[in-house]
Amino acid sequence: MSAASTPAAGAPAGPGVVTEAGRIPSPVRAFGRLFGAELRLVLLRRRNLLLLAVTAVFPLIIGIALRLSAPRPQGGNGAGVAFFNQLSGNGVFLTFIALSTLLILVLPVVVAVVAGDSVAGEAGYGTLRYLLAVPAGRTRLLAVKYGVIVTFGLCATFIVSAVALAAGAALFPVGPVTLLSGTTVSLAAGLVRLLFVTLYVAVAMAALGAVGLAISTLTEHAIGAIAAIAIIVVTSEVVDSVPQLAAVGPYLPTHWWLSFDSLLRAPVDTSALLHGLLSFAVYALLFCSFAWARFTSADVTS
Amino acid sequence: MTATTAPAATDTATAAPAISSSGLTKRFRGGQVAVDHIDLAVPQGSVYGFLGPNGSGKTTTIRMLLGLAFPTTGSAALLGVAMPDGATRVLHRVGSLVEGPAFYPFLTGADNLARYDAADRTADPATARARIQAALDRVGLLAAAKKRYRNYSLGMKQRLAIASGLLRPRELIILDEPTNGLDPQGTREVRALIRQIAADGTTVFVSSHLLAEVEQICTHVGVMRTGALVFQGPLPELRRTGAARVTVQTADPEAAAKVLTALGLADAQVTAAEGATAAEAAAILGDASPEKVCAELVQAGIGVRGFAVTAPSLEDLFVGLTGEGFDVSG
Ligand SMILES: Nc1ncnc2c1ncn2[C@@H]1O[C@H](COP(=O)(O)OP(=O)(O)O)[C@@H](O)[C@H]1O
Ligand SMILES: [Mg+2]
Repeated sequence: MSAASTPAAGAPAGPGVVTEAGRIPSPVRAFGRLFGAELRLVLLRRRNLLLLAVTAVFPLIIGIALRLSAPRPQGGNGAGVAFFNQLSGNGVFLTFIALSTLLILVLPVVVAVVAGDSVAGEAGYGTLRYLLAVPAGRTRLLAVKYGVIVTFGLCATFIVSAVALAAGAALFPVGPVTLLSGTTVSLAAGLVRLLFVTLYVAVAMAALGAVGLAISTLTEHAIGAIAAIAIIVVTSEVVDSVPQLAAVGPYLPTHWWLSFDSLLRAPVDTSALLHGLLSFAVYALLFCSFAWARFTSADVTS
Repeated sequence: MTATTAPAATDTATAAPAISSSGLTKRFRGGQVAVDHIDLAVPQGSVYGFLGPNGSGKTTTIRMLLGLAFPTTGSAALLGVAMPDGATRVLHRVGSLVEGPAFYPFLTGADNLARYDAADRTADPATARARIQAALDRVGLLAAAKKRYRNYSLGMKQRLAIASGLLRPRELIILDEPTNGLDPQGTREVRALIRQIAADGTTVFVSSHLLAEVEQICTHVGVMRTGALVFQGPLPELRRTGAARVTVQTADPEAAAKVLTALGLADAQVTAAEGATAAEAAAILGDASPEKVCAELVQAGIGVRGFAVTAPSLEDLFVGLTGEGFDVSG
């Protein structure tokens, strides 16, 4: 029997049409299926599970170390130091300490691994040519890849917050939260602020993920892409810490990451937060556009 | 949906060749022309052997047909749909294997197929399991479905790649060197599989650098040489391009050659006796019938000791078209 003689074979079949292969799903459902399959693949991959486990262990280690050490002397004005001062009075602050510590390298590297691998890894295995021949659709595949990166970053960030919150509650007293500005809010209000802090960090990681996605479309070597992203993060942090280069600071990808401490003041310093979110949005838009332009026009020769 | 336009689309699609291209050219950065103005015409229902030595541009052509690489100039169409613009509209009707199998080594064969099926926006998730099992069964990998891909043998990997092209009914299957690296047994298996696929009415476009591997299954061939398509047509037509010669063993080859020339046979030649070999006259048979030539020789009083008609093998013709050896520009 000829496949060419089936009714749906020649016509551009739409959702709901029944073909030999079954019923054609709606585009949204089909997108969800691919997204689910890719997310499951990334989340269940042993290397990535190990990374998530490491991010979960860090807050524990930090909490135990701080519990064992003597309370820090008062003084200093950096955000990190302020968190440390608060911790002995309230375990909730372990979350902010863990997030600001892991934001230096651990969280960016976790995101870099998944982002750098996203397209370059497929090209390296040669699976990219088969996905495109399916056809997955170049724009659609890229959208799925970015969605998975963002989701993975979100998971990693929430794991840090959740583990740190649990460890903080176990190791330190928990109660109404005294903010950095001196005001005290209820524990519930403090946890809501923690939720926003975590989301803010996740958005920062999503912007980094866009940078990683763009780099990933440039090479077939996932390790190279991952290393490049890590180098960008470290370079940005180093440049940001040089006082003579303060003029470029606000434009660096890492500059606004720690601005979440604005959420821990009353009233909230929205100017820093909005600057941060604007910076993340611009980075995400710019680098996603670059990745799209590159991915939809490049020959797949791997 | 779109009841008014669908019938017209169906008509053009069934009438169109399975693959066509016009002036299809790929110049890589660095200036090398890997594919040079080729005009492919692959009829629906054919088994088309796309032949050429390594580096002659077969894979590059297939990449352009599938929309993986973009042509420098020229155009191509699959099942009447222009590529690469129509990629998302037509590729689900096309199965393919490009430059060897590629899967995630840490997933099982079945999970790898599920992954590609999930990427197909027109595939029904409800039938996925059944379709994956059927595809694995078809290539004889059902027993190895739950084995990790990294533990597959080369032949199994190759067959899994073919299975990924069979996840749903296809109108066209493009196989790039599906027998590459296989032992003779594996090569036979793949050939049998291609026969089955073709018997279902699917057009098969199969590339190879060895004519012998596909000669038995092809109805049409295209021959590539350094990026150019030097022959294209039905296989019998390629055979016909090789002129059959008639050879007469006789004591008087000069007289025999005269008779052959008088009968209108071209390129009559005489070979003197040498050792055990008898003297011969030979000429291109052309349209003449061997029976008549033989009778005329006898009638003319030639003592015919031996009479033979020999056609050059396809292999000889293929080598004649593609060159003997290392003359392929790398
Ligand atoms: N990505 C590339 N960049 C530059 N040259 C290439 C690339 N891919 C293939 N080529 C060259 O194009 C020619 C044709 O290659 P290919 O299409 O793979 O031939 P085949 O499949 O017939 O062996 C070869 O000379 C090869 O070196
Ligand atoms: Mg090749």
